[in-house]
Amino acid sequence: MGLLSSSVSVTRYAIQEKLDGPVIETVYNGLCKQSFKEIENRSESKSTGWTSFEKPFKANFEDSSFLVGAYMVFAVRVDKKTVPPKLLKKHYSLEVEKKLADTGRERLSINEKEMIRDGVLNRLLIRIPAVPDIYDVIWNYEESYAWFFSGTKSANEEFESLFLKSFKLSAIRLFPYTQADLASNLTDSERDLFQKLQPTNFVD
Amino acid sequence: MLDIAVSYDRYKFLGNEFLTWLWFMIENDQTLFTKIDIECTALEMGDKISFENNKKESLEVVSIKGDHAGWEEGKLSLQKGSVVTQLNLLYHSGPGKWRFSLKGESLGIANLKTPEGGRVETKEDIEGAILEKIFLLDKAISFIQALFSRFLRLRISPQWETDSIPMIRNWINSTK
Repeated sequence: MGLLSSSVSVTRYAIQEKLDGPVIETVYNGLCKQSFKEIENRSESKSTGWTSFEKPFKANFEDSSFLVGAYMVFAVRVDKKTVPPKLLKKHYSLEVEKKLADTGRERLSINEKEMIRDGVLNRLLIRIPAVPDIYDVIWNYEESYAWFFSGTKSANEEFESLFLKSFKLSAIRLFPYTQADLASNLTDSERDLFQKLQPTNFVD
Repeated sequence: MLDIAVSYDRYKFLGNEFLTWLWFMIENDQTLFTKIDIECTALEMGDKISFENNKKESLEVVSIKGDHAGWEEGKLSLQKGSVVTQLNLLYHSGPGKWRFSLKGESLGIANLKTPEGGRVETKEDIEGAILEKIFLLDKAISFIQALFSRFLRLRISPQWETDSIPMIRNWINSTK
């Protein structure tokens, strides 16, 4: 569900720290350095990186600007390959049988079995296509906030980790505590009262 | 600042109380919404409320759905000690209508539908469409943030104990 979809899920972030150096150039460099890398025909099972909003399947920040008015608009792409357990078991069993037949032995050591399993998994991962997920990001640098277009915990964690790695800034998810602490302009005395709050009992 | 994971769990009750208060305000004082957004003509319950009750032996989760649902069953659930964990809301401002679900513990916004923007027919239209969509999303997001800030200030004030809790209790118990 991307920014321009008819229905979106949004997680809000506070980004309070500021970048070292010129903003646009530093963000551009961070996006390029951690841009999405394809894993088709390779044995990796997962790849996460930045991609452009307009062309998410061709990460290139030179062809497509990430600046829209006062906002920086880009996306996180996460590709994953999943090997069905039954497929892995089938190829592993065939490989074990072949090894036993080739060597004339009756059993294999734990190490040999692990090596066969890893080899089979790598070969299957090379052949299996990756499934992509794209999550749009809006970053208003001047007003110190970002919106991430997913409410899924794992996707949010990917975004937070990639953001920190790319820009050396913490993206802090806004939930009741952080919303009160960072985004509600509480005075020191109000903050003290807030810290002491306990749940209300609405039932007599 | 507290550790993020600890603070999420420690204060999730606050988000659930916010939703209960919001439901109470929707039924009892619509003027609040106009004070926050002068163009707001109404905030209405949408088509779903979810509750959790952890006062029983095992966690009980209840959802009530329906476009024209009566929410009496929901109040009965509150009488039994449940808390509101998710609300679907309809926000009317100016000529537009926004529909979204708000989750208490995370204040996460899901299934947010804004009024329709202009059509994107050429590549040049995309930038305008993005800005228009950001404006429309920001309208609902800012409204929610302002409501939460209003609730938070009430929640830490003495009026919460003296005025709000008795009124909310009466409202909950008004359904038999």
